[in-house]
Amino acid sequence: MTDHAQDAIMADAVLSEHEDPSLLAGMLNNRAIFWGGGLLILFALIAAIGPFLTLDPTELNPIKRLKSPSAEAWFGSDFLGRDIFSRVIYGARVSLVVGIAVALISVGIGLILGLVAGYVRVLDAVIMRTMDGLMSIPAILLAIALISLSGATLGTVILAIVIPEVPRVVRLVRAVVLTVREEPYVEAAIAAGTRLPLILKRHILPNTIAPLIVQATYVCASAMLTESILGFLGAGIPPEIPSWGNIMSEGRTYFQISPWIIFFPGIGLALTVLAVNIVGDGLRDTLDPRIARKI
Amino acid sequence: MNEISDTPVLEIKGLSVLLPDGADREFAIEEVSFSIGRSEIVCIVGESGSGKSVTAFTVMGLIPKKDLVPVAGEILLHGENLLGKSDRQMRRLRGKKMGMVFQEPMTALNPVIKVGDQIAEILEIHANMSASARKKRVIETMEDVSLPEPVKMYNSYPHQLSGGQRQRIMIAMALVLEPGLLIADEPTTALDVTTQAEVLELIRDIQARHGTGVMFITHDFGVVADIADRVVVMQNGKVVEQGTRDEILSAPSHPYTKMLIGSVPSLTPPVRPIPEVAETALEAKALNKTYGRVGFFEKGRLVKAAQNVELILRRGETLGVVGESGSGKSTVARCVVRLIDPTSGDINVAGTNIAQMAESELRAYRQKIQIVFQDPYRSLNPRRTVGQSIVEGPMNFGLSGTEAQSRAENLMRIVGLAPEALTRFPHQFSGGQRQRICIARALAMEPRVLIADEAVSALDVSVQAQVLRLLQDVRERYDLAMLFITHDLRVAAQICDRIMVMQRGVVVEEGRTSEVYANPQHPYTRSLLNAAPGRETNFAR
Amino acid sequence: MYLYILKRVLSTIPVVVIVVLFVFLMLRLAPGDPAAVIAGDYATAEDVERIREQLGLNDAIPVQMYRWIAQLGSGDLGTAIFSKLPVTTLIGQRLEPTLLLSLTTIVFTVLIAVPLGTLAAYKAGSWIDRFVMLFSVAGFSVPVFVLGYILIYVLAMQLQILPVQGYKSPFEHGFWVFLRHMVLPTMTLSVIYIALIARMTRASVQEILQEDYVRTARAKGQSEFKILMRHALRNAAVPIVTVIGLGIALMIGGVVVTESVYNIPGLGRLVLDAVLARDYPVIQGLILFFSFVYILINLLIDLSYTFFDPRIRY
Repeated sequence: MTDHAQDAIMADAVLSEHEDPSLLAGMLNNRAIFWGGGLLILFALIAAIGPFLTLDPTELNPIKRLKSPSAEAWFGSDFLGRDIFSRVIYGARVSLVVGIAVALISVGIGLILGLVAGYVRVLDAVIMRTMDGLMSIPAILLAIALISLSGATLGTVILAIVIPEVPRVVRLVRAVVLTVREEPYVEAAIAAGTRLPLILKRHILPNTIAPLIVQATYVCASAMLTESILGFLGAGIPPEIPSWGNIMSEGRTYFQISPWIIFFPGIGLALTVLAVNIVGDGLRDTLDPRIARKI
Repeated sequence: MNEISDTPVLEIKGLSVLLPDGADREFAIEEVSFSIGRSEIVCIVGESGSGKSVTAFTVMGLIPKKDLVPVAGEILLHGENLLGKSDRQMRRLRGKKMGMVFQEPMTALNPVIKVGDQIAEILEIHANMSASARKKRVIETMEDVSLPEPVKMYNSYPHQLSGGQRQRIMIAMALVLEPGLLIADEPTTALDVTTQAEVLELIRDIQARHGTGVMFITHDFGVVADIADRVVVMQNGKVVEQGTRDEILSAPSHPYTKMLIGSVPSLTPPVRPIPEVAETALEAKALNKTYGRVGFFEKGRLVKAAQNVELILRRGETLGVVGESGSGKSTVARCVVRLIDPTSGDINVAGTNIAQMAESELRAYRQKIQIVFQDPYRSLNPRRTVGQSIVEGPMNFGLSGTEAQSRAENLMRIVGLAPEALTRFPHQFSGGQRQRICIARALAMEPRVLIADEAVSALDVSVQAQVLRLLQDVRERYDLAMLFITHDLRVAAQICDRIMVMQRGVVVEEGRTSEVYANPQHPYTRSLLNAAPGRETNFAR
Repeated sequence: MYLYILKRVLSTIPVVVIVVLFVFLMLRLAPGDPAAVIAGDYATAEDVERIREQLGLNDAIPVQMYRWIAQLGSGDLGTAIFSKLPVTTLIGQRLEPTLLLSLTTIVFTVLIAVPLGTLAAYKAGSWIDRFVMLFSVAGFSVPVFVLGYILIYVLAMQLQILPVQGYKSPFEHGFWVFLRHMVLPTMTLSVIYIALIARMTRASVQEILQEDYVRTARAKGQSEFKILMRHALRNAAVPIVTVIGLGIALMIGGVVVTESVYNIPGLGRLVLDAVLARDYPVIQGLILFFSFVYILINLLIDLSYTFFDPRIRY
């Protein structure tokens, strides 16, 4: 045993061999993730399976118009006699699809742009100014304008919501990149001759994952809200597809007589978005307490 | 001569404070007892985790009771037990009967309030004075601590002052009401050595004039030598030894104290044989690094971090680069290893000038110079095992996985760690162990030049001694050339064959360590050596 | 300090350029034929061509760009397709309700959110803290218009203490009538804004209470309350004011919906009318207008830092 080994043992501060509690266990312990996530899974299941168990949401039944909630129609019926409960279930699908799609796409684009901005100084100014410009345009207006230009389909709506969400992701990724670049272990990797792609993969990217996951949940929540607002304003998904926004938009005229046409989808939306936000908060607290400050 | 009157200013008897559940020991501090008399400076020394700061904060009542709970003992301030007091009562005592100075002067002052007003705040809280009377008293106090142009400085903001000036403001704040007790928690650790000397003198001076009892917390034995009347040594929350300054420094009795004192590097460089001239491993000529540009709208701020630096490093020797913050020593190191690009000049490694080389060509040369950084907690990727971090470099240069792995295992043994530990993550190691791993990582590249950029500055003194031994051993074993960057004159004295002194980007003196220390030529070198605390003390060996 | 002001003002120029450029490109790069989309499903080929001509899409791109810049430079935000009125005139007609709604919202929000967030940070971990956090998450989750309808249902329809919808100008009908009609829209619009600002205020104040200089103030024997007021809030001013500025973007989006729910004849409704009428120049002009307003407000807020932060002044 060398002298140095003896030194090392002597200087051995009490650093136990404790295993890292598995990340999954930590996440399940967090109440927010547990309850919020549970709720979400429930909704997703309902959205997936529900359509097989409910009435046809497009079936017209003029006799049973504007009925209050009853045993026959749990959420009541709308002005065309359609069953609101079924429509709400179908609408859940649309909202969830839009929310998840927007989250994945905007995080994907934002990640790439953020990495480039963080690493290529010349492009940094261009990208960030562009993002600043995009952020100056109120998101709803931007979405409305884009949809009014390219027609309203599920695809264009998703794209129109993605574009205003990207700048925030870019900022986040760029901030992480700039911070991590300064860390001595990255410098050590450079000094060891590691090439840029490997540095990105091994050292920079892993640090972006946690904040991105958290941000993705927030983007999902925000996208679902935006989609519903667009639908409500009549500027979103075409009315043939029952999205929550569309249902509520149709219910406007009848609000004073049958407020449930707006309330039920509205509450459904609020609960779903709430669940996503709570999961996001929980993830933020579990994955990395340090980023709790940035978001 | 310090008079010690009968009633101590502060008496701590059997104080124990519990740590929250899940910590690595039960008590933050256990059965701590010592006292501080009037006009007496008592230094509390210990390494990290010794509990010295917890003691100070408990006395001041600054720790929320729910975090660290005092469970036994008494804290008697002028005879009154502080532990029984309510929050309100404690607030009345803080600032008035006991004052505190903290370690980081930059963050300890509110950035948006004028410094004069911050001192006046204490008077507002505790004294019944008119606004103009307060201002007058503040200015008097500012003169007392030798601040230039107090009337003008009253209206300044913290960011406009230097570190030394800010610490003087803190001292003024702590002493304006002439409390009987001053607690100073590492007040000079964040300051340059010359500023440190001034502030230490100020504390000594004020304390003598006002008769204040001072609890001075530090990890630096040089400071202890210069300033202490008595010394209390703490380890892992317990007091292991206490006595007068001379007793502790020259004739310690407890093994831990002996080990600590023995680890303090001496300021006297050992006699080294003049080596035969070996090949040049690294050479820098007319190295310049300038930051900033001449702006279009503003007169540009050009910072000349390094100016015309000349450097020759030969195989088998250690060259020290010594200086205070802003001296440019780190800039030189980072230029040489091409982590930053020099503005102009040559850097010759193995005969080739790499100063302006493009990255693709440069890569081959990177293998020849490696660097160990200052902060062991940020030098290793927390998400990769230490084994992965060590083999990364060699595998970049063509070594296979198995070859790199066996090299890593071998190196772990050499630096004194178990090869099995390669599968662990950085957070499972202590600071000193992490630094060893970083040394192993550097050696894995089989470099010719090893740069240690303040590599031991963040380590406790006992760990520091071990890592220094390791560095020297490694340098001999591999016949490396080592460039050792430090601000610590003691460490430089013990480990460097030759030494370069830098001030504001310029090399002001250079030569064999023993000669420079014995006969400094440049006034700056002289002032540095004069300011080194405890230079007249011979520590027990 | 003057340097800071100059730099800050100059730095808005690239942002304005990007906005202008983006709006320009939006029309011309959209997939498909925007003129056809605007003309609608029942349009004939001549209709589409007419709209293309009106939008100037038939000229070469550099010509279009030049015209666009010249037009903006002279303060012309475009002309409505159908009414042929300049967009700026339309804005002038509808400005008052939106402006007043925005002002009452901002005032209401700040007066509630900042003290709430501060209190939550001061008493971190207490029930007030939990309540504020819960409220803030809920506020982010409920869509603006759903909230609007809930409020209408409870307060206007069931309890009948406030009018269901509509706007009454204070200049015509007097202040109190105006206010009565403003209560529900303001509350509706504020919720999401309050949620945002309360949360950020709480985060900022909490962070500041951990700072070293707060510890120094405690060491001086200062009371917790005075520490909050004198040390914490002064340093929190900059981040709080910043988020108030950034939140305006949220509010502008909410204005469109709120005016729709409450039938307020403001700029938000103008947007909706334009969408229904497929009057793209109006939409475009409004985007520019709102963006410029947003940029201006944030510029003013950044400039206000010179007042709050002496590090910028000297």
